[in-house]
Order: sequence, then structure tokens, then C-alpha cells
Amino acid sequence: MIEVKNVNKSFDDPGGRRQVLYNINAKFYNGKTNLIIGQSGSGKTVLVKNLVGLFRPDDGQILYDGRDITTMDSKALKRLRKEIGMLFQGSALFDSETVFGNVIFPLMMFSSMSPEEQRERAQFCIDRVNLTGSENKYPSELSGGMQKRAAIARAISLNPKYLFCDEPNSGLDPKTSIVIDELLSDITHEFGITTIINTHDMNSVMGIGENIVFINRGHVGWIGNKDEIYDQDNDDLNNFVYATDLFRDVRRYRRAHGYQRSKTPE
Amino acid sequence: MLITKTLNSFGEYCMFLWRSIGVPEKWRVFIKRYLDEIAKLGIDSIPLILIVSLFIGSLCTILIKLNINNPLMPRYAVGLTTREIILLEFSSSILCLILSGKIGSNIASEIGTMRVTEQIDALDIMGINSANFLCMPKILGLITIMPFLVVICMGTSLFGGFLICVLTGIVTVETYLYGIQTMFIEWYVWFALIKSLFFAFIISSISAYYGYYVVGGSVEVGKASTNAVVMSNIMILVVDVILTKVMLQ
Repeated sequence: MIEVKNVNKSFDDPGGRRQVLYNINAKFYNGKTNLIIGQSGSGKTVLVKNLVGLFRPDDGQILYDGRDITTMDSKALKRLRKEIGMLFQGSALFDSETVFGNVIFPLMMFSSMSPEEQRERAQFCIDRVNLTGSENKYPSELSGGMQKRAAIARAISLNPKYLFCDEPNSGLDPKTSIVIDELLSDITHEFGITTIINTHDMNSVMGIGENIVFINRGHVGWIGNKDEIYDQDNDDLNNFVYATDLFRDVRRYRRAHGYQRSKTPE
Repeated sequence: MLITKTLNSFGEYCMFLWRSIGVPEKWRVFIKRYLDEIAKLGIDSIPLILIVSLFIGSLCTILIKLNINNPLMPRYAVGLTTREIILLEFSSSILCLILSGKIGSNIASEIGTMRVTEQIDALDIMGINSANFLCMPKILGLITIMPFLVVICMGTSLFGGFLICVLTGIVTVETYLYGIQTMFIEWYVWFALIKSLFFAFIISSISAYYGYYVVGGSVEVGKASTNAVVMSNIMILVVDVILTKVMLQ
């Protein structure tokens, strides 16, 4: 489990310090798809970058199963990072490497496997994300969805305990987004990973949101799950959830059919 | 303000070098990358070096012949002066100024693109020292290959002079060959080779630094490439003056 306690983060701006995160408290559970949601510019990505140690919070604690990343020395942080996989918004695949080269890269750098075992593990990961046959393609030859899948394969190649995904559906069509969401959800449950997904895609929220943290203007605005998100009284969250006609229709339908809080929509 | 900014950049550059220079994570991966960089930065530059050197050698010979057309000057002075210009300045300093355009922009834009597409963040999150992983093979690779490029440049430039003598007869081939051999000082070759090591370090490290700290998008990557080349050129000239003063006087 990853626990965030009283995290604040600010940045230097030409006009002075600009606070982005205010006293964030949240828990992200093992074997669950944990979603961080919120509008663009609300501080989601800054929170994720704090979680993975790319930024250091001004104060507060970030505990990985009790280990505080904010006070770790560089060696401990390096050890911890071998337990972390990350899927970036733009996939961040290495352009100069093929899909296979990208997936085997973390294994070559950190695993104690023999070269043969490394190849087998890389192939397993590629097969797992349904990219069989694309091993020798370069990232520029892949579609957006395939790039995401290759990045997921690379992220899980070292069998991470924690998987972070920054806007995994950005730039993808709805059908491919569902494929990526289902893949992330399946992998989370199959390998018991603590998966944290940063998204503003409501389809993802409704599809795989087992633990949802809503960030609003740098504050934690709401915490719950996909079954609770429709029927709550948080105005900021409602503005976010019901921003589109589709979800407003869903709300009308639910109200018309007398849905109560915590019921799953049909 | 400018002084503060310059000092900040210099400090950041020093910290970047401190991060870059260290024991590689995996030697097998490092050696592969190191050899790749030698091929990419050095071997791939050979065609450019051959073309530039051939023409500059020819031009030197023609211009020197035109400018020292004095009966008091021995005819072999054309070959001798051509050789001295090539050994002392062209094969190291001018060649590196030219290469900084090709190699410097290549390094800065490659690393800069990796930065803006989050590939460097991906390395950092994996627990890899990205500065060391990306930049050390480039720095060491260029330092390794640069003396060879200088030697190729020397040979090709002198051959360019020879070729112009054969084709135009401005000086007889025998006189030119005598000129490039007479009063030969071996130290000048070593001087050029030693200078080239410094210049290789300047080109690779400054370009890598500018690429590594890009913030923004493609426009900033372009700016970083330009700044890398400009700053490399300035530093090459500054270090050239210092080394010439220290090593030749």
C-alpha cells in the first residue's frame, strides 16, 4: 500500500512561490486499480511525480509499505525504484530501440537473469499485452494504442510491486482506451500490483475505478469508488463527473429509476 | 543578472558533469552504447571530414601560392605553410568547430527530445542515473574517436594540396612534397591531437548539458541545439587560445 500523509508541494514562479498541492492525504491499495482524477491543472501529475520521487514534496510523507520515499537516501531510492513501473502519457518508449529492445531493457539493466531468461521474460510480457508479432517494430511504426501496450509491457517486465500510469488513455479512441483500461485492470489483479492511474477520462473511472481520489485545485476533494461516485453531494466532483451530456443523461436515468448511493449502474 | 545567470549555468553544468561521470550501471550495456556512439558520432562524420578537408587543403595551397609569390621565398614554402596551417589549426580547431555543428546539434537534439518526450524521466524512474547512462558513452566515445578524425583530416587536407598541384601545376608535385616534409616538427601533430581531446570533451559535454536540461517542446529543443553549438564554438576558441599559449610558447 502507498500512503500519502500531509503532502504539500510548491514551485518557484516569476511571481513568487506557487503552491500546487495542499495537505494531500490518501491511500492506494495493493491489488487494486487506484485512480487519481481531476481536471487539467488540478495537480494530478504533480502528485504522481511526487509519488514516484521525480519531485520531492515540501513536507509530508509518502510511505511505500511503510518506507518513506521523502527521506530515503539515493541508494534506498534506487532500490525502491526497481519495484516501480511507470507508464507515461506519451509512452516514453526509447525511439532507438524496437519493442523487444524496450521491454528487455530494464531486465538487462537490473535483473540477475541469464540472457535466455531475459528474452523469455520479455517475450512473455509482450505476449501478455497482445503485441506478439510486433517485437521488431520501432515505436514510430506503432499506433498510439500499441505504443501504450509496449510501454505497459516494459513497465511490468521487472515484475513491479507498484505501477504508475499517467493519463494512459490520452490520445486514444474510446475502444482502444477500453482495451488499455482492461489490460491495466487485468494486470493489476493478476500480479497483485498497486496500480495508480492518473486520468480525467470518466469512462476509465466508471470502468476500473476501485479506489478513486479526486484532486480539486490541489486539494483532495473526494475519495471513494466507482459505485459511489454517481450519487454524492460534492459539487466540485459533480461538476467534473457530469461535465458531458452522456454522464448527465446517466444521472437523469439513475434518478428516474430511483438509484441510491453505492449502487452500480446497469 | 547576466553574471548570476552565467554562474548558475556553470554550476548546473558542473553538477551535470558530476552526475555524468561515474561507474556505469552495467558494463555490457555501457560498452555497447560506447561503441554505438563512436560509430554514430565519429565514423558517420568521416564523409564530411573527407570533403571539407580535401577542399580546405586545396584552398590553402592555392591561397598560399597566391600570397607568397615572391622570388625571395623558396617554392617549397607553399607545401610547408600548408602543412603548418593544417597541423596547427585546421585539423584540430577548425575541424572541431565544423564538427560541433554536426555532432553538437545531434547530441543536444537527441537528448533534448528524450527529455521532452519523458524518456529521461522513464530512465530515472527505473533507477538509472540518466545523465551517466546517456552522456558518458557520448563523451567518452567522442574523445576516443576524435584523434583518429584529426589524423584523417590531416592526411586528407595534405592530399587535397597534392591533388591541386597535380591538377593545376601551380607548384610542382616534387616541390609540394618536399615542402610538406621539410622542417617537420613532430610535436605539432601531438599538439593537434591533444587539443582535439579537449575539444571533443567540450563539444560532447556542453551539447549533452544543453539537451539534458531542455524544458518545453520542439521549439526549446531547437533552441538548445543552437545554444549548444554556439557555446561549444566559443569554448573551443577560448580553450584553443589557452592551449596554444601553454603548449607552444
